[in-house]
Amino acid sequence: MLEGIDLSLVNWSRGQFALTAMYHWIFVPLTLGLAIIIAIMETLYVKTGNPEWKRITKFWMTLFGINFAIGVATGIILEFEFGTNWSTYSWFVGDIFGAPLAIEGILAFFMESTFIAIMFFGWNKVSKGFHLTATWLTAIGANLSALWILVANGWMQKPVGMVFNPESARMEMINFWEVLFSPMAVHKFLHTTSSSFVLASIFVIGVSAWFILKGRDIAFARKSIVVAAIFGFMSSIYTVLSGDSSAREIAHHQPMKFAAFEGLYNGSEGAGLVALGLISTSETDPSNENLKDFTMKIEIPNILSYMAFMDWNAFVPGINDLIRGNEKYGVMSATEKIIRGKIAIEKLTAFKEAKKSGQVTVADSLKTEIMSPDFQKNYFNYFGYGYITDTHSLVPSVPLAFYSFHLMVVLGMYFILFFLMALYYTLKGKIHKHKLFLRAAMWTIPLAYIASQSGWVLAEVGRQPWVIQDLMPTMAAVTKISVGAVQVTFWLFAIIFTTLLIAEIKIMMRQIKIGPKSEGGTSHV
Amino acid sequence: MFETFSLITLQQYWWLIVSLLGALFVFLTFVQGGGTLLFTIAKNETEKTLLVNTLGRKWEFTFTTLVTFGGAFFASFPLFYATSFGGAYWVWFAILFSFVIQAVSYEFRKKPANFLGARTYEIFLFINGLLGPLLVGIAVGTFFNGAMFSLDDMNRVTWGTPFRGLEAVLTFHNVALGLAVLFLARVLGLLYFMNSIDNAAIYERSKKHLFYNTIPFLVFFLYFLIALLFMDGFVYNPQSGEVSVESYKYLHNLLAMPINTIMLLIGVVLVLYGIISTLLKGGTKGIWFGGIGTVFTVWALFIVAGFNNTSFYPSVFDLQSSLTIENASSSHFTLTVMSYVSLVVPFVLGYIWIAWKAMNNKQMSTEELEQEHHTY
Repeated sequence: MLEGIDLSLVNWSRGQFALTAMYHWIFVPLTLGLAIIIAIMETLYVKTGNPEWKRITKFWMTLFGINFAIGVATGIILEFEFGTNWSTYSWFVGDIFGAPLAIEGILAFFMESTFIAIMFFGWNKVSKGFHLTATWLTAIGANLSALWILVANGWMQKPVGMVFNPESARMEMINFWEVLFSPMAVHKFLHTTSSSFVLASIFVIGVSAWFILKGRDIAFARKSIVVAAIFGFMSSIYTVLSGDSSAREIAHHQPMKFAAFEGLYNGSEGAGLVALGLISTSETDPSNENLKDFTMKIEIPNILSYMAFMDWNAFVPGINDLIRGNEKYGVMSATEKIIRGKIAIEKLTAFKEAKKSGQVTVADSLKTEIMSPDFQKNYFNYFGYGYITDTHSLVPSVPLAFYSFHLMVVLGMYFILFFLMALYYTLKGKIHKHKLFLRAAMWTIPLAYIASQSGWVLAEVGRQPWVIQDLMPTMAAVTKISVGAVQVTFWLFAIIFTTLLIAEIKIMMRQIKIGPKSEGGTSHV
Repeated sequence: MFETFSLITLQQYWWLIVSLLGALFVFLTFVQGGGTLLFTIAKNETEKTLLVNTLGRKWEFTFTTLVTFGGAFFASFPLFYATSFGGAYWVWFAILFSFVIQAVSYEFRKKPANFLGARTYEIFLFINGLLGPLLVGIAVGTFFNGAMFSLDDMNRVTWGTPFRGLEAVLTFHNVALGLAVLFLARVLGLLYFMNSIDNAAIYERSKKHLFYNTIPFLVFFLYFLIALLFMDGFVYNPQSGEVSVESYKYLHNLLAMPINTIMLLIGVVLVLYGIISTLLKGGTKGIWFGGIGTVFTVWALFIVAGFNNTSFYPSVFDLQSSLTIENASSSHFTLTVMSYVSLVVPFVLGYIWIAWKAMNNKQMSTEELEQEHHTY
């Protein structure tokens, strides 16, 4: 099935997707969060009639516009890349995966792009109420687009609501609501958007801190900090809660990812959570270089079991259990899954051959068998394992998963404290005296981006080798094309996106230096 | 409601929707066409700023329509999405690159410390305006002239040339469509300038260039259309799915679908009326006739490409791999779900219309820009 697929092609294609997705994700969280913060600020303007809030709204709107443009520029590539570089995937799951992308365009992008024009250019053309509605609809449109793309991503992490049709050799949707309301997708959406709100709130506080340190536009900065700190604090609490629910989903449906980001090799009852740890570089299993253990760790007993299954003493399978199997706890071995996957592939091949040779009765009976719930559950659900030749390739990069997860969590906890301090100092009216905090606030901006990117590294690296959990390995999804072609586009993206990022940062910093305008001034000159 | 429809009805319904999105996209390429005319129409910086700002308030519609067109094609005809994007790799990436550099250009052009300088961003707009419509036109040309792919029994694509789609430029009929779309985009861009900018010098120059651009548009478009009537087409047998070549297939399609042919003719007449009436009588309404005419024409051409048992994406490399609305579509269930989603489209068009009217109720002028908080 994988003849002609070169491993370096798979790696370059993955590299290109990672590059473009990570670039896109630099800009998206700020768009999602800042859109809501702006809408809140404009609401305060409309409610109070205080023109200072209008001035504040317009300043943040200018930064929003700069960030939004480059977010759009980097986003278009991602949608089409599913086709250009992952065409086998696009056909295999297009019946399910295409729908959220189309709905994203119809319901979300049009809303966003229509009302953003009014938001930016409609101040003198439409009524206050109409303008405020447009601002909120822009924010809702942006977040709705996140919903649909995360439904698509959630489905890849936990495929639901579908059946495999041997006739078309693809997955076909049978229950839309199951796809839309899949807990994996819902938690992913809530966690991603709330963490984006956190990032945007930190951005607003960090930039405002710079103004206070410079001793200018103090009232503007304090007002901005109050809004961002309250919104950020609420969002950060929700980020923790939704992250916790996401982790539970992962424990149930992606146990290998769960074990990897906890660095858990040998499962146990009452498993402890490694709060801090250093992964060893020495081998614990000479047959597999991925299998490494800790040189140092601080573990909190029983927490992992509770986090995963809401039971202090539950058994949490480790990497070794998932590879070798664990009969006592009903964990199937990887070898057994591979056997089942190969049976599913053989049945499909037999069906295709029967069709080709015109053996209608044989083909029909094979089709009935393949589509039966029993076969789908016991064999087809392991279809992707049929491509796997080495069981150790089922283990993702443990250090990458472990460190990205822990970095994200530690920073997430720090952000809660950060928002509380920002709120406390501002409400006490003393924030200008806390120079150290103000400097820390500025440095917290890059930390928010690191935490946000780490989350996606964990989500995407942690699920390898799967592009669709258990059904399609990444290497089977790639477009057959020369490695050279992908290398050329990879470097083109790297150069263009880096150039545009430099331009964006320079423009953004200049606009911040220019600061909020008095009413009537233009923002570009 | 949609559950009771047959699969072929849903496939046809979705081909109509995807085609309509494609047609709206071609209309909205007036933004791209306008982007190629910045250096021609504007004689000073103030005029250029007027042109950029009037286009800048609409670029996202074009962009969003392109993205939605891609998404809708993915959802309704995923095999086309996988085959064409994965196969004609270089053509699609060239199109996408041109849209990437466009997306930042309006916002970044006049901002201080923009790293590359205003001129670079204007050149980006020019490149997008040139490559976008030209390559999209060439890519759509392969709907009639075929592409070089084959599919295996798992529907995985193999491309027949190392040029991955760029070989389409060797077929003049494709290039003619590309050039027709490019000059149409420029014509629409000029009509849009005349409609939305309150500046006599820009109006007069646009009118002069409207004439210059109409001639190549007509030459290439009429060549494309007339050649289409006489060329072989790709027909499939709905029972067996077998694809074969049929002489005068597209002419047959026009004869077999008279309502569609009338729509095509009305479309062409409206475009011509929009141009000629503007050239002869002046006025600002040319964009509406040209725009509606473009939508009708392109929509009708897409229908000719995909209806009446025609392969909409034929393979001249492996005839039996050719794509049809029947073999490339999503399942009945998915098309049903998407059909319910399509019911919100009139609502979406409604709020776009309200927003457009609210923003364009007055022509843009230098005085207005001076009072704006946010300009490009």
